[in-house]
Amino acid sequence: MASLKDMRTQIGSVKATQKITKAMQMVAAAKLKRAQDSAENARPYAKRMAAVIANLARGITGDSAPQMLVGNGSTTHQLVVVATADRGLAGGFNSNIVRAAREFIAQQTAAGNKVRLITIGRKGRDQLKRQFGDKIVESFDLSGTKVLTIDVVAPIADLIAREFSEGRADVVTLFYSRFQSVIAQVPSAKRLIPADVDLSALEDTHGAVYEYEPSEEELLETLLPRNLSVQLLASLLENNAGFYASQMSAMDNATRNAGEMINAMTLKYNRKRQAQITTELIEIIAGAEAL
Amino acid sequence: MADTDKLHVSLVTPERELFAGEVDQVVAPGVEGEFGVLAHHAPFMTTLAEGDVTILDGVTKRVFQVRGGFADVNEDGMTILAEHANEYGENVH
Repeated sequence: MASLKDMRTQIGSVKATQKITKAMQMVAAAKLKRAQDSAENARPYAKRMAAVIANLARGITGDSAPQMLVGNGSTTHQLVVVATADRGLAGGFNSNIVRAAREFIAQQTAAGNKVRLITIGRKGRDQLKRQFGDKIVESFDLSGTKVLTIDVVAPIADLIAREFSEGRADVVTLFYSRFQSVIAQVPSAKRLIPADVDLSALEDTHGAVYEYEPSEEELLETLLPRNLSVQLLASLLENNAGFYASQMSAMDNATRNAGEMINAMTLKYNRKRQAQITTELIEIIAGAEAL
Repeated sequence: MADTDKLHVSLVTPERELFAGEVDQVVAPGVEGEFGVLAHHAPFMTTLAEGDVTILDGVTKRVFQVRGGFADVNEDGMTILAEHANEYGENVH
């Protein structure tokens, strides 16, 4: 059994850990506020963009429709984009996204499709590298970027667009964590190509006829690649907010656990200390009586 | 929106909404030439060339430099989506 001194050291070390988790929780809470704000600020743009594309898509049918919108008719080459955080200590945040992606990959492989991967964020790459190392096209590490902007995601969107236009990918699916609330982040899949046109985003145009400059087809050709970056950016911003929310609750749990542990250990320590004092007293009294 | 003679315009970038409000007129650089939009303009969509978007309201004039832009005009107003936009500064004449 551990000596009293050992127990003191142990309690001290748990207390030190608790201080760290407490600090991390507070830092995450502060960063969450900002991440949540920027995710919300990005929403109007993504929403308008979706409405405009839905509007354009409705008017275009048949052969003139761009392939990025309707797909190229094949599903054999699946490109999976996995967006995770660059850091851990956030509960199951990264693992949940990776698990969802793994299930999808297994499904596609079983269906006889070829799967290739792009990872965004260090944690996702680390977790997928061992199993799918040969399938990873490219890994993006955003740990050095402080603010996520459209310029940061542009190279990723360009790569995806190139993979599609050069025929190496037929369907592109993005895995990320949807920020539902501070306590709920849902690992989700979003289809990037063919574009997932949300007809509910469509505005009622009151039957008015639009005039397009240049033509509808040309407009779509320029807007679809842009939509790709916008969707990516919106997802990454949500991911970011989700990461801090997840880290905050993970660290809150850790702080509470450490508190419980300290209480239990202190109780045990005091009992042992008292037992030792009692033993010493008995020894002294016994010795005095013997005289 | 039909009972006013003001045009509702919003200028949005992926980072934030830069401008939203009721104004008299907007002048924007379309790819096929510069155009002005007043209230009750016919529905119209165009991509924007790199250049300046001018928003006029009474005596105030606000100029935004826009890159990678797109404009959507319908009866609810005008929406400008721009990948990059920043304001030159507010001028009162």
